[in-house]
Amino acid sequence: MTPPMEPVLVYPAPAPPELAQCLDLSGWVWKAVADEAEARSDEPDGGWAGAIVVADEDATGAFAVCRALRKRDVPLEPILLLIGGGQLDDLEHRDELFDDFCLTPFHPRELEARLRHRFWQAGQQEVRPDLVEYGELILNLETYQAAVDNRPLDLTYMEYELLKFLASHPGKVFTRETLLNRVWGYDYYGGARTVDVHVRRLRAKLGEEHAGLIQTVRSVGYRFGQSRWTP
Amino acid sequence: MDTERQQQYVLRTVEERGVRLVRLWFTDVLGQHKSVAISPAELEGVFAEGLQFDGSSIDGFSRVHESDVLARPDPNTFELLPWARTDEPSALMFCDIENLDGTPFEGDPRQVLRRNVDLAREKGYSFFCAPEVEFFYFASGDPAQAPAPLDQASYFDLTTADVSSDLRKSTIHMLEALSIPVEYSFHEDSPSQHEIDLRYTEALDMADNIMTLRLVVKKIAMERGVFATFMPKPLNGQQGSGMHTHFSLFEHDVNAFADAGDEHGLSKTAKAFIAGLLHHAREITAVTNQLVNSYKRLAEGYEAPQYISWARNNRSALVRVPIHKRDKADSTRVEYRAIDPACNPYLGFSVILAAGLKGIEEGYDLAPAATGNLFEMDADARRAAGIGDLPSSLDESLDEMESSELVRHALGEHIFEWFLRNKRREWGEYQTQVTQWELDRYLRG
Repeated sequence: MTPPMEPVLVYPAPAPPELAQCLDLSGWVWKAVADEAEARSDEPDGGWAGAIVVADEDATGAFAVCRALRKRDVPLEPILLLIGGGQLDDLEHRDELFDDFCLTPFHPRELEARLRHRFWQAGQQEVRPDLVEYGELILNLETYQAAVDNRPLDLTYMEYELLKFLASHPGKVFTRETLLNRVWGYDYYGGARTVDVHVRRLRAKLGEEHAGLIQTVRSVGYRFGQSRWTP
Repeated sequence: MDTERQQQYVLRTVEERGVRLVRLWFTDVLGQHKSVAISPAELEGVFAEGLQFDGSSIDGFSRVHESDVLARPDPNTFELLPWARTDEPSALMFCDIENLDGTPFEGDPRQVLRRNVDLAREKGYSFFCAPEVEFFYFASGDPAQAPAPLDQASYFDLTTADVSSDLRKSTIHMLEALSIPVEYSFHEDSPSQHEIDLRYTEALDMADNIMTLRLVVKKIAMERGVFATFMPKPLNGQQGSGMHTHFSLFEHDVNAFADAGDEHGLSKTAKAFIAGLLHHAREITAVTNQLVNSYKRLAEGYEAPQYISWARNNRSALVRVPIHKRDKADSTRVEYRAIDPACNPYLGFSVILAAGLKGIEEGYDLAPAATGNLFEMDADARRAAGIGDLPSSLDESLDEMESSELVRHALGEHIFEWFLRNKRREWGEYQTQVTQWELDRYLRG
């Protein structure tokens, strides 16, 4: 693949000279940022193409930037981490923060190969990244719209969020507590009955024919779509 | 839940669905539905700043110093209006009313209920409500004519051919489309009387739902050329319309009213809550039954409660504890049977919650359940059993309310004072009326 048109985010600023040189030589467009705030404020209109985060000087700052990039509505991918050999232990429990890593001092050819591979992979996934589909149900995550049988569903915000979460994990059973925590958030006060109320409302709006998409799993919770264990 | 994201959701949906008009809803102190429409272009600004308007012409909103208030739409209540889907898509949001400095406006019933619900929350409770809303369909809404029922059916009658059944069906579809789940609906005792039972939800949402329900019922009736009324007692000699409501408190996921070890399945909390309702019943009745006409329903000879007592499965009692299935302890609840559908639901739920919580706080003792049919006991027998009477007129209710610290606290000074003034005037006007009954009886001497 050829390097993307949009710039790649590089942390920290200024970028380490050997990294800057490597990227320039192989034709990548890039821009260095000093922290999460700059990652936001300096973001080009078309969004960052991906990120290279150097963690061998300031690991805390580096992971904070990764976290900020991943926490957005559409998490940034790919993120390549550059770390010192003594930091491998830091990777533990941080799997969600990066897609690949490279040890420093890096070999320019290796770094470039990894970058190309990761961007190729990200490109593959980008075909329709903002749609969740299940049978006749489609959710457009970018426009917040949902439709079933091409009929738009008129949902409240929480109904939409609940449906989005369930439809993104078809076949999986969730307890009411998990749904409450994942959809409403940990600081939400109401109990699990809130979940029942919303499921009841969603089923009514899906209509009789599709109400069964959300199934009650006796004394456990709810499942969207067919169980993955039954054919 | 993140308000900014909710607002984003609303703004984006308005754009994507081509919404032309956003209706902002709120409620005056008497429970009248108010609406102001804005264009989508104004919406973002209204989210940021609120919508400023002059409150002095809204019942119960006027103040001495400042008449302007802010309506702040609650993005969590955003719905597309199902009756405006094709030609001119529009949407609704309920609003909280604020003072210009952003503090809750003390004349806003929704803020009053929010405050009471928050108080319960501080004690660890969420407050759930499930009302049974009764109403009548009549051929016309002209007060100059005697109301004419649409049918002569009665309780649970299957009236397939009736206009009224069809009306009720359309109403339910509309409610479901507005995120208001309906539990049951059926034909009630009286001709043309219907009941829609809503599935439980938290008090603030439920009060919003009742406002929407009243609008939807009336709107659909009007479209079919008939008239729906929530007047508590529209027909002489027939049952009136109540709004029996089932209440429960939950501590996180546990029903605080349930106790499997108790003979009635009721926890200490439930008993104290019921005791609170009974103890303060006379004080809160002006709010739960706010019309002169409300007391015609609460009169002798009909199934509406008149006496202050509780029972397991005795429909003559003021508070009933429905018997639930053995494995359904979570559905333990108490049913308050005085409240009627002409009340302001925000204020009605506020005083009921306050009375129940007071019982819990003070650890009130609960008298034994009434066993016999209270309607068949005479006054002496009731007095001997320690069973008091509900107020028999708006006038009597207002006297009780006026001396109630509980109601004053629950409603707040502003609404408390305004409500008393307004309702005293209503009673005064009524008292000077010469009625048909008097003419029939006295004219010829």
